[in-house]
Amino acid sequence: MTYLIEGRDGPWELVVGLEVHAQVISQSKLFSGASASYGGEPNTHVSLVDAGFPGMLPVINRECVAQAVRTGLGLKARVNLESRFDRKNYFYADLPTGYQISQFTHPIIGEGAIEIELADGSTRMIGITRLHLEQDAGKSMHDQDPVRSFIDLNRAGVALMEIVSEPDIRSPEEAGAYLRKLRMILRYLGTCDGNMEEGSMRADVNVSVRKAGEPFRTRCEIKNVNSIRYVMQAIEVEAVRQVEIWESGGSVDQETRLFDPARSETRSLRSKEDAHDYRYFPDPDLLPLVIEEAWVQDLAAHLPELPDAKRQRFQDEYGIPRYDAGVLVAEQATADFYETVARGRDPRLAANWVIGDFFAALNRTGRTIQDSPISADALGGMLDLITDGTINGKIAKDVFEEMLESGESAAEIVERKGLRQVTDTGAIDAAVQAVLDKNPDKLAEYRSGKDKLFGFFVGQVMKAMAGKGNPALVNEALKKVL
Amino acid sequence: MSLDPATVRRIARLARIGIDESDLPALQRELNGILGWIEQLNEVDIDNVEPMVGTGHAALRMREDVVTDGDAREAVLSNAPDAAGPYYTVPKVVE
Repeated sequence: MTYLIEGRDGPWELVVGLEVHAQVISQSKLFSGASASYGGEPNTHVSLVDAGFPGMLPVINRECVAQAVRTGLGLKARVNLESRFDRKNYFYADLPTGYQISQFTHPIIGEGAIEIELADGSTRMIGITRLHLEQDAGKSMHDQDPVRSFIDLNRAGVALMEIVSEPDIRSPEEAGAYLRKLRMILRYLGTCDGNMEEGSMRADVNVSVRKAGEPFRTRCEIKNVNSIRYVMQAIEVEAVRQVEIWESGGSVDQETRLFDPARSETRSLRSKEDAHDYRYFPDPDLLPLVIEEAWVQDLAAHLPELPDAKRQRFQDEYGIPRYDAGVLVAEQATADFYETVARGRDPRLAANWVIGDFFAALNRTGRTIQDSPISADALGGMLDLITDGTINGKIAKDVFEEMLESGESAAEIVERKGLRQVTDTGAIDAAVQAVLDKNPDKLAEYRSGKDKLFGFFVGQVMKAMAGKGNPALVNEALKKVL
Repeated sequence: MSLDPATVRRIARLARIGIDESDLPALQRELNGILGWIEQLNEVDIDNVEPMVGTGHAALRMREDVVTDGDAREAVLSNAPDAAGPYYTVPKVVE
């Protein structure tokens, strides 16, 4: 569905591009041997390189380069065997050198694409312009002292991947879908944990509006939005603001803005009027980054199966619907859980139980798949009891609840509570006869043509047998007598 | 290429160098002199010539991803004029 902003003079189209900063998973920093781990004591994960001491030289971390290449491969993007580093110059207290080492003219990764899926089931390709490696800055704290800002350089120099999309996004929903898909790919690859709350993934949002068929108009950049929901809200309110400006005869200035979620508005960052004048130049400390084709191929050969491929395989191999497969591959841990349950069993039955009762139980208990109260093997064990006829589907629900409570295996619960399905035709026939004897009026109605009462009799027999009757045998016995 | 006084003022601001209005003409003259001198390079035809970054074939050497540095807060903060506990401090910068 096309997303349009209804202005006074007619509809406006939205144009959005996203720049995502994703923190690279590595042991040490991009250009120094200091730890890249999160949450150390202030200024302890800092080398003299990171602190910008004179004469210190950067040496690049091979694993950070590998992570960028893996991500590029995951985005089906071109890997540039030769790339370069530039200095991006600006002054800020948490940037000790006065420049960020980044890649401006020759990024390590070129054009790629991400397929997104929308709520109505439709899919769209969103182009990736580039991915480049750069350093993160330190952290400033402004609330510790009335006249001073405090600086912690632990994050300074940690490797970031900046992933830039084409201006292909046309609605807030598409922006959300793009970010979720990108995060899923990064997590599968193990190149970024995608945790937006901790700031290991952040987005800059470029927004403009135009009339259908027009070239692009001036855009504004909304900096550092730190949740998918806020990205979607920011786009919505910024687009409305721009439409109002154009329609009242004004023009949008290209500028950097901030999103304020509390007031649901974007605000100009006037202090950054020079912010885009970074005076990039090649970093004289760093030679070109040259990587071997064979190394790239080796990295490609060891990539994990990615979400799109895994979903396709689940559809083909397990015969489950596209939607179910999509739900199961959303997290790698969920996909692994499902595969353990499905192995050697009915894969559709397994999918129904994992997506249905099992997910509901996780939600209800506030657990995740990592600390699930029921293991994949235990759930599989219960499915085995359904398949071999030991319990029926209705009793299985009770057994599942009991497993959740007690942590016992399905077999133990079935034994202890005597929930074994009754397949003894003698017992079933007896129950059928008792129900018929008790309901002579209903029996007469049925015989005079009220077929719908068959369901009533099934229900009564099951009830009389405390739910343990084998449904197929009960049906059969009833049909015979009726 | 020739810089006007406004551009010289802007370059100084971006570099956080305070200059006196009276110094502008001299700085403008000096910078334009440097640019003019460098611009002689434009006379060389470099179509189809790969950028040269050094003599011989040179590429970046890579290091392994191991933690070999850090945990040296005292050294890191040793030149800080106004450290507070484990932090550097600077005059308050709030946006």
